[in-house]
Amino acid sequence: MISAFFIFNQKGEVLISRLYRTDLKRSIADVFRIQVVSNSDVRSPIITLGSTSFFHVRINNLYIVAVTKCNANAALVFEFCYRFISIAKSYFGKVDEEAVKNNFVLIYELVDEICDFGYPQNSEADTLKSYITTESVMSTNIAPEESSRITVQATGATSWRRGDVKYKKNEAFVDVVETVNLSMSAKGTILRADVDGHILMRAYLSGTPECKFGLNDKLVIDKNERGTADAVELDDCRFHQCVRLNEFDSSRTISFIPPDGEFELMRYRATSNVKLPLKVIPSVTEIGTTQVQYVVTVKTNFSNKLSATNVVVKIPTPLNTTTVDCKVVSGKAKYVPAENVVIWKIPRIQGGQEATFSAHAALTSTTTRQVWARPPIDVDFQVLMFTASGLIVRFLKVFEKSNYQSIKWVRYLTKASGSYQIRF
Amino acid sequence: MSGQGAQDAKFFQRGKIQEFRAELQAAETKDKKFTKRKTVLKKIVANITMGNDMSPLFNDVIQCLSIPSLEIKKMVYLFLVCYGRSKSDQIRLVMPSFLQDCEDRNPLIRALAIRTMSYIPAPIVVEELEDPLRHALKDRDPYVRKTAAICVAKLYNADPRKCERNGFVELLRDLLLDTNATVVANAVAALTEIGDRQDGVIFKLNLTVANKLLAALGESSEWGQIYILDSLLRYVPEKHEDAELMAERVIIQLQHANSAVVLTTIKVLLYLMNYMENRRLMDYICKKMGPPLVTLLSSGPEVQYVALRNILLIIQRRPQVLKNDVKVFFCKYNDPIYVKLAKLEIMYRLAREENAREVLAELQEYASEVDVDFVRKAVRSIGRLAIKVQPAADDCIKALLDLIETKVTYVVQEAVIVIKDVFRRYPGRYEGIIPTLCANLDALDEPESKAAMVWIVGQFADRIENADELMDDLTYTFLEEPTEVQFALLSAAVKTFIYKSQSETIKALVHKVLKWATEEVDNPDLRDRGFMYWRLLALSPAAASEIVLAEKPAITTDADRMDRGALDQLLLHTGTLGSIYHKNPETFIRGATGKALTDSPALNPLSRQVLVPVARTHLLPPTTIRVPGPVDPRVANPPSPVLPPRQNGASLPTAVAPSASQDSTAASPVTQDLLGGEEDGDGEGDTEDHEHEDLARAQAVAPASDPYAALDSAFGGHLAGEPRPQHNGDANDDLLF
Repeated sequence: MISAFFIFNQKGEVLISRLYRTDLKRSIADVFRIQVVSNSDVRSPIITLGSTSFFHVRINNLYIVAVTKCNANAALVFEFCYRFISIAKSYFGKVDEEAVKNNFVLIYELVDEICDFGYPQNSEADTLKSYITTESVMSTNIAPEESSRITVQATGATSWRRGDVKYKKNEAFVDVVETVNLSMSAKGTILRADVDGHILMRAYLSGTPECKFGLNDKLVIDKNERGTADAVELDDCRFHQCVRLNEFDSSRTISFIPPDGEFELMRYRATSNVKLPLKVIPSVTEIGTTQVQYVVTVKTNFSNKLSATNVVVKIPTPLNTTTVDCKVVSGKAKYVPAENVVIWKIPRIQGGQEATFSAHAALTSTTTRQVWARPPIDVDFQVLMFTASGLIVRFLKVFEKSNYQSIKWVRYLTKASGSYQIRF
Repeated sequence: MSGQGAQDAKFFQRGKIQEFRAELQAAETKDKKFTKRKTVLKKIVANITMGNDMSPLFNDVIQCLSIPSLEIKKMVYLFLVCYGRSKSDQIRLVMPSFLQDCEDRNPLIRALAIRTMSYIPAPIVVEELEDPLRHALKDRDPYVRKTAAICVAKLYNADPRKCERNGFVELLRDLLLDTNATVVANAVAALTEIGDRQDGVIFKLNLTVANKLLAALGESSEWGQIYILDSLLRYVPEKHEDAELMAERVIIQLQHANSAVVLTTIKVLLYLMNYMENRRLMDYICKKMGPPLVTLLSSGPEVQYVALRNILLIIQRRPQVLKNDVKVFFCKYNDPIYVKLAKLEIMYRLAREENAREVLAELQEYASEVDVDFVRKAVRSIGRLAIKVQPAADDCIKALLDLIETKVTYVVQEAVIVIKDVFRRYPGRYEGIIPTLCANLDALDEPESKAAMVWIVGQFADRIENADELMDDLTYTFLEEPTEVQFALLSAAVKTFIYKSQSETIKALVHKVLKWATEEVDNPDLRDRGFMYWRLLALSPAAASEIVLAEKPAITTDADRMDRGALDQLLLHTGTLGSIYHKNPETFIRGATGKALTDSPALNPLSRQVLVPVARTHLLPPTTIRVPGPVDPRVANPPSPVLPPRQNGASLPTAVAPSASQDSTAASPVTQDLLGGEEDGDGEGDTEDHEHEDLARAQAVAPASDPYAALDSAFGGHLAGEPRPQHNGDANDDLLF
């Protein structure tokens, strides 16, 4: 299992170094610095030198690194690194060099708690916060009874939830966030269109609430009400550990006792009948070797009551571009030489409307005429109250022994960031 | 957000031992709420982090243990974990404090004390830990018990025999039946750790215990589930039904959000399937495994990479998994390079007649990307696709020709390399494109592509009008060429000579090349080959023709697939490093234990037949062993005629004459040189690695003794850049830190 855990900054300086095992020394950090941090061409997140393996995940300007000397479970090691990041986010709001340096003592406490002898232990932020806090709230003056309650919870069947949660107003917010992946060929055929859905929940519910969650899942609807058209076919679902998987397996009901506060209830994938919110029609012509002519049209494909916001279209230009002359009616377009793209930003497009970009790029003549790779056009956007998969939350029921009323809110968001690609 | 207020970054400054000592002493007075000492301790911890040796402060720091503040205690403990082992005398001083904490009413403090003590493997600490640990394993608080379980593993690591003598392993075994799932999971983790040691206690599960563990699965944390699932491989089903029932119980875990739970579940399922009989259930399991595997591709790139490398193994063993999902493996433009390369390999594996067109279109797209390595592999994949899927061959060749048109040197070189293989796969179908290839001779500056081109020229010398001129050009730099190219040139020269024995150019050329190979070259293998050809031509040109231009079997992609027994064994490591490198861990990690399927009445007969016993431990990594020394000429000889030599039958007799006429000059030097050559060879004795494609391919048919011999060439010998552990070269392959 994990022998050591490190955090490095971009310069290769060690910000956190925790050895879990005696089979290596702190100086192993130098090896990572040389092999990865100072190496400009790192081609794998895992590097094995002799029997020592370095696993790293990058976040902002940091390297989160786990070192092992055995045939470690690689998925577990990376999940552990991801988990560390999410705990750190939950504790300090952001994970960067400044946050790590400012909280290094706390981080040492955390990494001592969430991993023992290299075996990840309970790492639910909510529970951790009940006994690992910054300003020495947790000192010996905590009553032993209180500690027992914490320990029972940290090791119990619902290790993710404290028992004593109280709210005046009982509310639950459900956010359905769908990321659309599209890759369209230059001929306009869809090579791949699918949806990665995340259902995030913010539960502010007292006591130990028992929740039931219902979607327009095709497998459920087909069973019960024949002929309902709006059912969605989910290729795969994955759940937070609070969801009872055996119940989902037998009856596809999603029932659970939620953690307090924000968590990701489930993830799903849908590939059939994906509604693409934006259609992009590019026309890119290379005129001789010195000019490229662009006409790119973005059309919306949803009800005119909705709108797409924060639309960012990245249109690649050849490496030897000197100037780009852009014409747009809506939004702003700007050539960014460092990235070899024109970035066209449209703050909002209403449903049923379209926007057009036309441009003319001038190229320098180069001696080595290498063919332009024509990377795809990439579109980022957000559409509120729209799901590309057609998924709808049908109900969220909350049962608690004190029988309180709870208010539930549902939001839908479909977005793309870096995964909506159109070749031309 | 409790942590946002902290401003500890200022402590990240190098400090001197003397200063810290003075500060600690000064802080002893007027230290309200101990903030002064806290500050100094933070500075010390920051300096430990930066790699400064703070151990001289040992005595000063442990003074702080008397302060009733948990934050300070934790910092001191951290200090002790860092330096405790090296200060085995002074560590005695903190024992009373530790032991007192072990008795604390607060379970968190009790757990913290034994956890910290067990991190310090100094004999005195180990000694003192025994009693508290024995109590902790039976503590009424589950948090203490789960911590104690891991402590046993630490203790075992420090002193295995002592740990056994004190009965800790038995106590740990008792915890497997604990009422608390977290305790059970940690006990499993600890026993696994101990069981994996070469000198450890054997850890096996019977059906009763395995079922008990499964019952704890539902209540465990995600990590606990992984430890428990992992341990199920230690249970050997005796009956098909046992395996089937267990699979039905674990299969729901495929829906878990944690990718390690998913992959470990898949590992268990794949394992249990070896012991099943019910075909329908097995099909069902395979069907169920596909979607979660695809979903892993929406995790972070690192997990995607782990998943992809595993998928590559899984689809070889269970081809029905994901067989219709090739599209999800199409690369996104902004995927990290390691994800792209792994996807490319899977795309090739999943390519069939039905999807070949789509796959080819994608590969063509990738061939114009920026990353050179990726582009090269995409081009190679096009060629491999042509070889694998016959109906797509025409389109693939067209695509390759289009790529050659681009004149991008590395693209052209890759194309030439694969086209050579395409020729061998489809004799007589695509030779019409040879002129196009010849037009790009100048672009070839890498050994592999040059050797491939030389092979093509030699092989089809009868169809290339100016083959003799081309050969003359190519051999111009013979002595400067890498060995690989020299071998190819030598063989090609001989072939061309056999084809075109009338040509004066080629006559002179073959003589020149043979002379170079036997007299000027240092490589003994090349010299030997030269002599062999020379004698062959001298003694019996007809025989030479028959041997050199002998018909070779057309190549297939059969060798691409890994041996089933090897796969069964590798899949026992699903999700781990071994599955990423496609190597058994004992071959690249020191002290790692190998795994093998265990025979039982329920093991399916085919699996039993190909069962691979656990390899001896401490084997040298097979990757670093390349076959040096003499190359078997039948194998290493790149020429492998596609056209029967009979076509040239008419000219054969005349081919004899010129070589015979040369014999007066050529034959006698042969014998002399042969002797001379041998003397030289003895003197030097250096051999080089020959990584002939043909050699690799010929060896792809694994010798029965070593099922992994085929592993490197399991990808057609194409993937030179396969992820693999790196070795430092010497036998002592470990990082000594």
